[in-house]
Amino acid sequence: MSAIPHLTTAAGATEHRPLIITLFGLFVVATLIITVWAGRQTKDAADFYAGGRQFTGFQNGLAISGDYMSAASFLGIAGAIALFGYDGFLYSIGFLVAWLVALLLVAEPLRNSGRYTMGDVLAYRMRQRPVRTAAGASTIVVSIFYLLAQMAGAGVLVSLLLGITADGGKIAVVALVGVLMIVYVTIGGMKGTTWVQMIKAVLLIAGTLLITFLVLLKFNFNISALLGQAAEHSGKGAKFLEPGLKYGKDSLSKLDFFSLGLALVLGTAGLPHILIRFYTVPTAKAARKSVNWAIGIIGAFYLMTIALGFGAAALLNRDDIIKSNKAGNTAAPLLAQAVGGGPDSTGGAILLAVISAVAFATILAVVAGLTLASSSSFAHDIYVNVIRKGRATEKEEVRAARWSTVVIGAVAIFLGALARDMNVAGLVALAFAVAASANLPTILYSLFWKRFTTQGALWSIYGGLISAVGLVLFSPVVSGKPTSMFKDADFYWFPLENPGIISIPLGFLLGWLGTVLSKEKADPQKYAELEVRSLTGTGAH
Amino acid sequence: MTTQAAPPPGGAGPAQAPAQVPAEEFARVQQSPEFAELRRSHRSFAFPLTVAFIAWYLLYVLLSNYAGDFMGTKLFGNVNVALVLGLAQFATTFLIAWLYSRHAAAKLDPKAQAIKDRLEGGA
Repeated sequence: MSAIPHLTTAAGATEHRPLIITLFGLFVVATLIITVWAGRQTKDAADFYAGGRQFTGFQNGLAISGDYMSAASFLGIAGAIALFGYDGFLYSIGFLVAWLVALLLVAEPLRNSGRYTMGDVLAYRMRQRPVRTAAGASTIVVSIFYLLAQMAGAGVLVSLLLGITADGGKIAVVALVGVLMIVYVTIGGMKGTTWVQMIKAVLLIAGTLLITFLVLLKFNFNISALLGQAAEHSGKGAKFLEPGLKYGKDSLSKLDFFSLGLALVLGTAGLPHILIRFYTVPTAKAARKSVNWAIGIIGAFYLMTIALGFGAAALLNRDDIIKSNKAGNTAAPLLAQAVGGGPDSTGGAILLAVISAVAFATILAVVAGLTLASSSSFAHDIYVNVIRKGRATEKEEVRAARWSTVVIGAVAIFLGALARDMNVAGLVALAFAVAASANLPTILYSLFWKRFTTQGALWSIYGGLISAVGLVLFSPVVSGKPTSMFKDADFYWFPLENPGIISIPLGFLLGWLGTVLSKEKADPQKYAELEVRSLTGTGAH
Repeated sequence: MTTQAAPPPGGAGPAQAPAQVPAEEFARVQQSPEFAELRRSHRSFAFPLTVAFIAWYLLYVLLSNYAGDFMGTKLFGNVNVALVLGLAQFATTFLIAWLYSRHAAAKLDPKAQAIKDRLEGGA
């Protein structure tokens, strides 16, 4: 066998399995020890939901990065750049710029005025039960879509990296990821989850730094030479370095890209699993510091994806990348193998195993954060404040949160196993679109618009949620195309894959309309309280 | 401003148990010129800047979509306008984060702390 066909199957080569599994195992054992340790210190609700609010700005910045940089951004963006060149890089920019919305408008006021969930802030001035229900619904929908994409992706990816082809193997991987995330969250709560995310962030940054360094070394740190070889090797020439290969096909795909860009930049500050991270630090100042660290870390990471993606295009064979995974998801591990000395070298085997283990850690940290966000919201917003009308003891609340973790985790395993062969990548974009359409308008109106009412909040949450989900349901993401989730069904009429261009303005519009049309006036006393607390931190938890 | 009325009892545990502040106090503080100044310092900085960076980002997306030739112009070596503008998005993001944090530390934090201390009775 020559080296070339070897490379095509290298990511699934079975001879690397023991090393990859050993590294996976090390990560799992280390994180489980930390989880048990964190679990011993998790006593009250503030411990479970917010890690006791004792993390520093830097620690939380790391954890936010670990929570945010999913396998989709690590493997997906590197793969998209490797195959589509410049267009793959466009994602990174939206994902990064979005943090400024969180920094300037959301992180500090949220930290000052909420306790455990997004619903705390949305319902602050409003009638509790309807707004908590809406906030809980939106939190759970966003988190479950996101979770599902990660779980199904994990099944495909880990199977690919380990060379598992049997269907049962993929289901086992999804179940393993699901069980681990349930264990992290039920036992370790926010403290355990935070540490898992911090460790993952360090591993991911170290891994990408190493590969980036090795790629640049091959080009004597001459970026232009790297780009040149990538363009030449891609077979697309200079076009590879220009926008248009992925999104520039026709006017519809351009509109779709604009719609995606809008959801990316406005969605981050409405993602519940990100928002609850701001409660893990003691003050608004520390929340600001965490976002600054996150911007630095995430920014550096996305800059390195340029080297990874173009490096893969320059150093690997395009057909080999596609043969290994159509979407390019294994481009980064394949690149690691190549810069480590190639498929037959020890260095190549070690680097492939390291990057595969990092990818696995990445998935686990993100799914744990998502599970925590949805179970927190179910327990705190829906169970305690809606069903029990606020009359539950702290013990009951924490117990409810742990049980909802188990239930949500089980549902995620079930759906993830069902969706293992579907193309669910579109669900991440949908999660951002719902966050931008339902959550962000409601958060901003709640914090900054004195007249905002309960009816306005309900209209913006449900309007944004239903329009975003509804449009995607009738889009090519779900049916009608070979790349759809249900490729055999055809009930689509909405031409775009990204609903943001309609649902985001609609969410803002409905929040305003619901307010001006409501008979009930906003409570000025409550707004005074929220505004003073959110800007000064008076009486913050 | 004159000193505030004594806080209600119970402001004992500063971090764990949040200080209790009566509702009327919030309304009174919200109407105060100092709070108006704090609100203005935040909004007049954060709102226009938010509009600006979103517009700048969307402009970049639109250029990527509809100005392919311009974006493909080579500047030096194989580095073209598209890549430079993309990197500029990174640079402006870092810059705005730094500017806001500097503004917040200098203009917002002291005002917020003063109001908070007074409301919580210096607890």
